[in-house]
Amino acid sequence: MTTALVKDAPSTTPPAPAPADGRRRARRRGRLVALLFVLPALLLLGALVVYPVLFSVGRSFYDASGTRFVGGDNYAEIFRDPATLKAIRNTVIWVVVAPVLLTGLGLVLAVLVEKVRWATAFKLLMFLPMAVSFLAAGIVFRLAYDEDPDKGVLNAAVVSVHDVFEGASPYPTVRARDGQGLHKDEDGSYRTEAAVSPGRTVALPLVGLPAKDLPDDAAPAYGAAAREAGPDELRGTVYLDFVPGGGGKQGEVDREESGLPGMTVEAVRDGKTVASTDTASDGSFRFTGLDPGSYTLRLPAANFAAPYDGVSWLGPTLVTPAIIGAYLWIWTGFAMVLIGAGLSTLPREALEAARMDGANEWQIFRRITVPLLAPVLTVVFVTLVINVMKVFDLVYIIAPGPVQEDANVLATQMWLVSFGGGNNQGLGSALGVLLLLLVVPAMIFNVRRFRRSQ
Amino acid sequence: MMMRRRTTLLSGCTALVLALGATACGGGEPVAAGGGDQALSGQTVSVAGVWSGSEQKNFQKVLDAFTEKTGAETRFVPTGDNVSTVVGSKIEGGDAPDVVMVPQVGVLQQFAKKGWLRPLSKTTEKSVDSGFASVWKKYGSVDGTFYGLYFKAAHKSTVWYSPEALDQAGVEAPETYDDMLKAGRVVSDSGLAAFAVAGQDGWTLTDWFENVYLSQAGPDKYDALAAHDIAWTDASVVKALTTLGKLFKDEQLLAGGQKGALNTDFPGSVEKVFGPQAEAAMVYEGDFVAGVAKDQFGRAIGEDADFFPFPAVGGGEAPVVSGGDAAVVLKDGKHPEAAMKLLEYLATPEAAAVWAKAGGFLSPNKDLDPASYGDDVTRATAESLVAAGDSVRFDMSDQAPAAFGGTKGVGEWKILQDFLRDPSDPEATAARLEAAAAKAYED
Repeated sequence: MTTALVKDAPSTTPPAPAPADGRRRARRRGRLVALLFVLPALLLLGALVVYPVLFSVGRSFYDASGTRFVGGDNYAEIFRDPATLKAIRNTVIWVVVAPVLLTGLGLVLAVLVEKVRWATAFKLLMFLPMAVSFLAAGIVFRLAYDEDPDKGVLNAAVVSVHDVFEGASPYPTVRARDGQGLHKDEDGSYRTEAAVSPGRTVALPLVGLPAKDLPDDAAPAYGAAAREAGPDELRGTVYLDFVPGGGGKQGEVDREESGLPGMTVEAVRDGKTVASTDTASDGSFRFTGLDPGSYTLRLPAANFAAPYDGVSWLGPTLVTPAIIGAYLWIWTGFAMVLIGAGLSTLPREALEAARMDGANEWQIFRRITVPLLAPVLTVVFVTLVINVMKVFDLVYIIAPGPVQEDANVLATQMWLVSFGGGNNQGLGSALGVLLLLLVVPAMIFNVRRFRRSQ
Repeated sequence: MMMRRRTTLLSGCTALVLALGATACGGGEPVAAGGGDQALSGQTVSVAGVWSGSEQKNFQKVLDAFTEKTGAETRFVPTGDNVSTVVGSKIEGGDAPDVVMVPQVGVLQQFAKKGWLRPLSKTTEKSVDSGFASVWKKYGSVDGTFYGLYFKAAHKSTVWYSPEALDQAGVEAPETYDDMLKAGRVVSDSGLAAFAVAGQDGWTLTDWFENVYLSQAGPDKYDALAAHDIAWTDASVVKALTTLGKLFKDEQLLAGGQKGALNTDFPGSVEKVFGPQAEAAMVYEGDFVAGVAKDQFGRAIGEDADFFPFPAVGGGEAPVVSGGDAAVVLKDGKHPEAAMKLLEYLATPEAAAVWAKAGGFLSPNKDLDPASYGDDVTRATAESLVAAGDSVRFDMSDQAPAAFGGTKGVGEWKILQDFLRDPSDPEATAARLEAAAAKAYED
């Protein structure tokens, strides 16, 4: 704006009369008028940009209270504090990954959209997220990424897909009662500590299932547990060793206690499974026709496997990629529309000529569209780099408390140390100056490119 | 499992919306009051405080009672969450309120150090000496001068449980920490996790730690640690962390295990115990759990939601961690006389009774008749608070610099969350706490 004003102002003054000093006077007056026009803008720029920048630079040399001059200590602290280093690392990831992905996605979508019939509707749809505030988008994604599949839609999808292939275990919360003859193996299965042999009846006590979650067909185990085994059969009961309201004897089948139906039981001999069966509704099972000898009974881990609870999107490792994903959702439309506009100004003849010469679509895209679009792509890319540097709201909202430090970028870290509890505005200013220094190259590049194109 | 998605999603949304809405605050319309025939008629006392909603309404009842008594009119000015900033700017702008209800002991000290406060009158001091345990006066004083009158208190040593779940498991409210863990294991045998821990909100973890520490190490060590006179690497801290770790590392005791706990916020932890789909039997937090259980999940307090005091740890006394809102008089207020009279009134059991009847209030005033409280559970909480006398201690993290004890994602909050994720090395955790504390207490 300002440059335009400066340039235009002299030319808009009426042409001066012939005499030389008159022309000079007119030119001086012209300059004065120009200055007058520029003054409001300059004042605003000075008050809102130049002064705060200088103030921050000055403030960054003072300590938290702002009274003691500490020289470069704050800048040294930036590279000493692990939390700030992590923020710098994350900012680098953001700057490297997000603009590249966005420009690439935007380019691909823009080229493809040209070829579909409902191009405008599609563009509109892609552009819609731009109209959503970052705060609202952040809240939506915070919920979508939630780790609990009952809340987060992404994990709900992941879990349902997984469960289609794997199937959920019948008793995920159930475990053996400690010290009652069952031993837990590494893989989560249980086996009897003592060897058993045909002719015996064994009781396998489990706990950890609320009475209301018992399967509908579960029946009391007392009768089955009392039944004697024949000489060549191995009998037993898998039961819930817990009497509602307490009481009952641990490790023994009490009258009120229920069997656990549908539990897989295996008879193992010398490390090999020789027979397998499922428990009946009263929790009873029996193996017949076993060779005499001693066996171990095993409850395979599949009975107890904890439900698959999806991906921890907002865990320390995935949180930054997850937030970048939310950022892509918002900005892809912007990149696509801008690149699309550039695409529509491409000289059709070049494309036609290439087609005539027998180039395929990929070759056209690679050798003609992309090189011709390069200026637009650079504008989009550099704009995004600048935008990504100052990303704040999404990171602040989406990252839950425990992983906030793992997700922080320079902008959030700057705010946190200055106002979010740290109240060290000296260090905060130093971070602000660092951020400024990082943005400056992109700015210079953009301004120079802008000049050249004029 | 699947059926629950809709309701939890809904309540998750509500929680977020509430959290965002909480920053907005209502306008402060002057509330005129009639019937002024006494000495102070014609004066208007303005009172600033964080309260909004029903708390503001109930406090207004107290102010109205004061108006009736003295004739002075009152005006409540809601400050939103950040009292110190709002009051600071009002003082600079020449529009200082007469009285401020300060929600944290740290803010009270900050005000006193800036010289904003007027020492309270002899009458107030006398009522406090006779009606309050001396610890309340201590927390209201800075460098020996009495500035703050604790009008409303919080009780942060209450473990809330679902009586149905404990009955189902056949266990009684425990007396000691070890019993509590033992009872928790029986509960988990019954098929319900024992505790819902809100690991996503760091402040609930600091409260857990403070209760264990206060009971195990005793009030003197607690005070020393709160002032950072002893280091966090002290053996007592490591011991308390080890004790707390016994609970944190036991997958049977935590709803959802450590991972589930870290993904649960405070409202979520109450929901896990008192919501439609119970996942745990007990949740530890302050007296305000009752409010959430009642308002959001329709539980009848005393019948299907009850509490037991946080049990004693390792042979110590049962801890009572507390906090409260202190009334202070600003030097720059325009009606110092009426303001002093208001504080004298607030120090009386009469004023406390007004809000106690309305509910959602605990008074540290010994002289308040327990019959004034509306329900048995509140009465029991209040009695436990008063009975604790001088062994009451304020929330340690509230007394620490915000960078250490009060900021999401850093300091004590973050380090205790990491401890919940991996409780295997209390010494390393203590060392990290000390490093963070040393940095925050420095100035």
